[in-house]
This record gives sequence, C-alpha cells and structure tokens, in this order.
Amino acid sequence: MSIAAKFEIEYLQYLDQDGKEVGKELPEFAKDLDHMVELYKLMVSTRVFDAKSIALQRTGKLGTYASCLGHEAAHVGIGSAMRREDSLAVSYREYGAQLYRGVKPREVYMYWGGDERGNDFADAPKHDFAWCVPIATQCLHAAGSALAFKIRKEPRVAVCTIGDGGSSKGDFYGAINIAGAQNLPLVAVIVNNQWAISVPRRIQSGANTLAQKGLAAGLFCIQVDGNDIIAVRKAMEDALERARSGQGGSVIEAVTYRLGDHTTADDARRYRGEQEVKDAWDRDPVPRLRKWLEAKGKWDEAKEEAWKAECDDWMDKEVDAYLETKTQPATAMFDYLYAELPADLVAQRDFVASLDRQS
Amino acid sequence: MAQITLIEAVTQALAYEMAHDESVVVLGEDVGVNGGVFRATQGLQEKFGEWRVLDTPLDETTIAGVTVGLAVQGMKPVAEAQFEGFIYPMMEQIACHAARLRNRTRGRMTVPAVWRAPWGGGIRAPEHHSEANEHLFTNIPGLRVVMPSSPARAYGLLLAAIRDPDPVMFFEPKRIYRQYKEEVPDDGEALPLDVCFVLRDGTDVTLVTWGAQVKECLEAADELAQKGISAEVIDVATLTPLDFDTIAESVTKTGRCVIVHEAPKTAGYGAEIAARLSEECLYSLLAPVERVTGFDTHIPLFRLEMKYLPSVERIVEAAQRTLAAS
Ligand SMILES: Cc1ncc(C[n+]2csc(CCOP(=O)(O)OP(=O)(O)O)c2C)c(N)n1
Ligand SMILES: [Mg+2]
Repeated sequence: MSIAAKFEIEYLQYLDQDGKEVGKELPEFAKDLDHMVELYKLMVSTRVFDAKSIALQRTGKLGTYASCLGHEAAHVGIGSAMRREDSLAVSYREYGAQLYRGVKPREVYMYWGGDERGNDFADAPKHDFAWCVPIATQCLHAAGSALAFKIRKEPRVAVCTIGDGGSSKGDFYGAINIAGAQNLPLVAVIVNNQWAISVPRRIQSGANTLAQKGLAAGLFCIQVDGNDIIAVRKAMEDALERARSGQGGSVIEAVTYRLGDHTTADDARRYRGEQEVKDAWDRDPVPRLRKWLEAKGKWDEAKEEAWKAECDDWMDKEVDAYLETKTQPATAMFDYLYAELPADLVAQRDFVASLDRQS
Repeated sequence: MAQITLIEAVTQALAYEMAHDESVVVLGEDVGVNGGVFRATQGLQEKFGEWRVLDTPLDETTIAGVTVGLAVQGMKPVAEAQFEGFIYPMMEQIACHAARLRNRTRGRMTVPAVWRAPWGGGIRAPEHHSEANEHLFTNIPGLRVVMPSSPARAYGLLLAAIRDPDPVMFFEPKRIYRQYKEEVPDDGEALPLDVCFVLRDGTDVTLVTWGAQVKECLEAADELAQKGISAEVIDVATLTPLDFDTIAESVTKTGRCVIVHEAPKTAGYGAEIAARLSEECLYSLLAPVERVTGFDTHIPLFRLEMKYLPSVERIVEAAQRTLAAS
C-alpha cells in the first residue's frame, strides 16, 4: 500500500484542570509570572464584566446578550498573543480578547443595548472588525485582511475567531482555503465550546477534531486545551510567528465549554444535561490559573478580593457611562449610510428629524 | 377548542401535515430538541423522530441546498432560516435552483419546498434579527412569497405552502408571533395562496399591507373611523403571484390607496403595487398613491427601531393626505 498523505493533530496542554503542570516545559512568556498575573487579572475582570452584563440584561437595561462565561482563557489567550497592528475579527462573545485590545465595556453595552456607537471603538485598533452576528462571515474578512497585509508586504497577521457551529459554514472553509492556497497570514481560531445554541458538536461534523479541517486547506493545525491559557497563548504565539514570517496560516481549535446559556434569550436546560455542565465547571479556566499562581506564591485570597473589588468599581463606572449616554437622534440612521447624504434621501431625513422633534 | 397564537398555529400546521404526509420533513438550526429559537417546531422531533425533524450543521447554504435535493427526490421539506437576516446564503439555492428547476427541466424536476423565516422588526433584537427583505424574493420568478398576519391565516397558508407543488417563501412576522390568540381548528383546511384578504370594508381609502403591519393598519382604520373616514384594509398575504384584482376592485371603489410596509421604500414591494395601480387604475384614483414604509436606511438597532417602523400616526396622516387631495 502506498500512502499519499498522512496527518496527525497535536493536542497541547500545560496545566491540568487542577492547575498542576502536566510536565511540559513552560513557554517563555509563562515564566514571566508577573505577566501571568496580568493575564489572570484580565480573565477575572472579563468574568466580572460578564456577570454585570447579564445583570443589566435582567433588569431591562441591555438587549439580548451573549455571555462568555467559561471562555476566558481562550479569549484572553488569543487577545494577549496578538500585536496591536494585527487585526482581529470576532463573532460576538470574545470579550476577553477585545478588552485586552482596548474595547471598553461601555462599548459592549452600547452595542448589545441597541446603539450602533458601541462599534466605534475609541481605544481599540481601528482595523479590528466590529461584532459580527452573521455566523462565520468574519472569517472571510480576516482572509481579506491577510491578503491586504500580504500584498503590501506588511508583517501583520489577521486573526479570526469562530465557533464550533460556525466552522460548518462555507465562509469558514473559504477563508482557510484561500489562506492555504495563497499562503496568507491568517490565524483562524475555532473556539469549540461544544454547543451551537442547542446543537451539540457531534451534529456539526463527523471529523474527530475541528482543527483537522485546516489540513485540507494546507494550513498548520493544532488542538489545544482551551481552558488552559498557557496552551492557548502558546499556540497563538507560534501561529502568529509562522504567519508573520511568511510560513503560512493556521487553524487552532481551542476546546472549551459554554458554561452559560447561549444568550440571555436562551435556556440551555431545555437541551443539555446538568451533569455535563457540572463536569465542565470542574474544568473552569479561572480557578485553574489561580491555583497555579497561588502555588507559585503570586496570588492569594487578599489579592483576589482586592482585584475583584477593583473590577466591580471599573464595571460600575462603565455601566454608569453607558446608562448616561443619550440615545442618538433618529436621524442618525441616515448619517452613516454614505460618505455624504445623497440628495434623494434629504426629504426622508427631514421627515425623521420632525419625528425627533415630536418626541 | 383551544385559542392559539400565530406561532402556535405554525406548529399546529406543521404537526398536522407531518402526521398526514410522511414526505414532510423539517430541517434547520435548533429545530429539534430545542423546538426552534421561537419554539415554532416545539415537540415535533419528539413526535416524529430525528429523521423527520433534523438539526442541521450551522450552514444556511447547506440547509437551502439539501432542501432542493430533498424536494426533487419527492420529499416535502420545510426548511427554517433562524432569522430572515440569515437567509442571504440561502438565496443562491433558492434563486438559481428552487425557483428555476421546473423551468430548466421543462417540468421534469420540481421543488415542492417551503422556506420559513421569522421576519421583521420591533422585538428589541440584536443586529440582523429585524430584517424585512421580502422584496428581494418577490422579484424572483417561479417563487411564491407568503406572509401570514393572524393565527388562522398562518395555519391555513402554511398548509397551502407545504402542499403547493412549487417553492414557497413563508415569512412569519415575529413581532406578532404572540400578540393575540384566536381559535384555529386543526382541521387541515388550507387557505388559498392566490387571494388577498379584505380584513375590513371601507369606502374612502384602501390600506394595503402585509405581515405585522396589518396590526397598525387596523388600528389606523379605527382612528380614521373616529375622524369620519372609512378605511378598507387589505392583507396581501400572498405577495407573489399577486391577486391584484382584489386590490384593484377596492381602489376603484375608494379612489385612494395607502400602501404600508416595513421594508425600505425604494424598490420595496409597495412600489410594485403602486406601479400596478398607476397602470391599471389611474383613472379611478382621486389622489396620489401614498406609501408608508421603512426608510431607505438599515433598520437601526433597537433603541431607534420604533422610529423606523411605520406607525399608526404615519398611516393615519397618509390616509388623511389622500382625502385632502380630493
Ligand atoms: C448565518 C447565521 N445563522 C444563524 C445565526 C443564529 N445563531 C447565532 S449564534 C448561533 C450558534 C453559533 O454557535 P457557534 O458557532 O458554536 O458559536 P457559539 O455561539 O457557541 O460561540 C446561531 C445558529 C446567525 N447568527 N448567523
Ligand atoms: Mg459553540
């Protein structure tokens, strides 16, 4: 028998679910414990932010909100590996990555609170894409960004994130395909949280791993423990370095779990068992890193309390800023359609201005 | 007999037809155990099994394309787009194949399929969950475009859509999914797909609409009545192929017409009705045809969406303008 091709998918993990090292030599960044503390702090603040968002939604101050509970290691791992000049194309729940890149909680609240201005990032890179609700479409934007970087010979990388469900969509396959064919600096991270609303991972694909989808595209592929931030960050660093130096794109599958409902409009108890969720809490990424840092003498209960209090203050300020933001005039719906308002729309806009004056 | 909502009527129609026709299958995202994100397919998988109610991988092109394949092979698929804003990847399969196969094969192959989608704004939903884009489908020959506006019409029209030998887009106005209940006998009686429904008789002005806006038009008719103006209200229900006769008859009687829809004005389906009126009823018109529609903008995120959607006030004012004109 002659074999035309043979493949393997590596699985990467540094910390087990109890925060113990599995025996693999730690990557350089993880030896900088102060840096690891910073990553941990952002994972905690992301979680505090998330809880605040859900509370806002429950009290009618936010629309439908997609929680990131349980994804903190994956999201912060992705965001913290990137350079500012790289570009990020997310779907909707990757707040940990976005906060790292300078998106403000108040901006998240604005968008999910029904106000387009949340997407006008003040501090995050202007070349980072907005939230992208039509599943998987952002993957092609990242591929196009990567193509632009390649054409202009810029040492930049385009990163997209996508769910396990989203990796079924043609847009995802198209993005990794052109990246392989043109050797584009694209890193596609599949955040596999086991569920696409009520649809379990097994219904999305017959493949053993989602990472291996990248093999057919000619990309480097790896599966990582998505609840181990060291593994996520290391896989990201390697992928970014390969892409930046012209060695091609990657698909990273970060295996994690959606601990919450799909969104605040969903009730996961309808379709998944309690035991499964209980087991997933044992793999919670936040206490895992905390235990590791505590064992290194870099974290303790007092620090935890102090940081959480700081996060609470921070989020309260963000919530206040959000709630104090006045609704746009209704005419705003016309003001960003074209560079200049076309003459044919002036009368419609004037009419809407009269509605504004009435209310 | 139980009183049911519009969405329960959708479920009731699906269950009826699945029980009476084994070739009917339902497919889409989250339609199985979860019963659909709005619960339109609630309980169906339990009743009919996993092969008749299929959760698909998350890919609208897949859903639409396998729907064409199923239908050509003699099944009667009812595919769900989770929201109308996610229907765009389905359009290639619908426009290039579903709507063309009968014509392409001179009748050898047909596509008796239904695409359902929750449609329209007004529920404080996130971006892409509030679209009204029926006009993108009314311009596709070979397709029927249907939109119910009451529980009874949802039941009867959906049965008709499933039984129809050709592809049907079935858009469900989600804003009125649970607006009110009415008695809908589960008798398997379909409604015709080639008539507009006159919901209220009037003599001074005709309000022509479809979907959720039927509610605003009926309210506007009440207000107009208080002002001594008698408004006829027509629910188009099946947009294409259009029963223009019913509209023409009404406008010939009233001499005035206000067309109301959520979608943007320019090239919205109201433009087609206005054009037909100018072609076929010009000499009966006593005033210019008015359109009360969404603006030529994207529907804003929800803080401003009610400013975008046609309001009762705007409809009343438009009707009054037609009366002031003559
Ligand atoms: C094209 C498209 N179809 C359907 C939806 C509705 N929808 C929103 S999220 C979602 C599931 C996504 O699952 P996954 O890709 O695994 O990401 P996760 O939400 O789990 O992070 C669906 C079906 C959508 N937003 N876009
Ligand atoms: Mg998922």
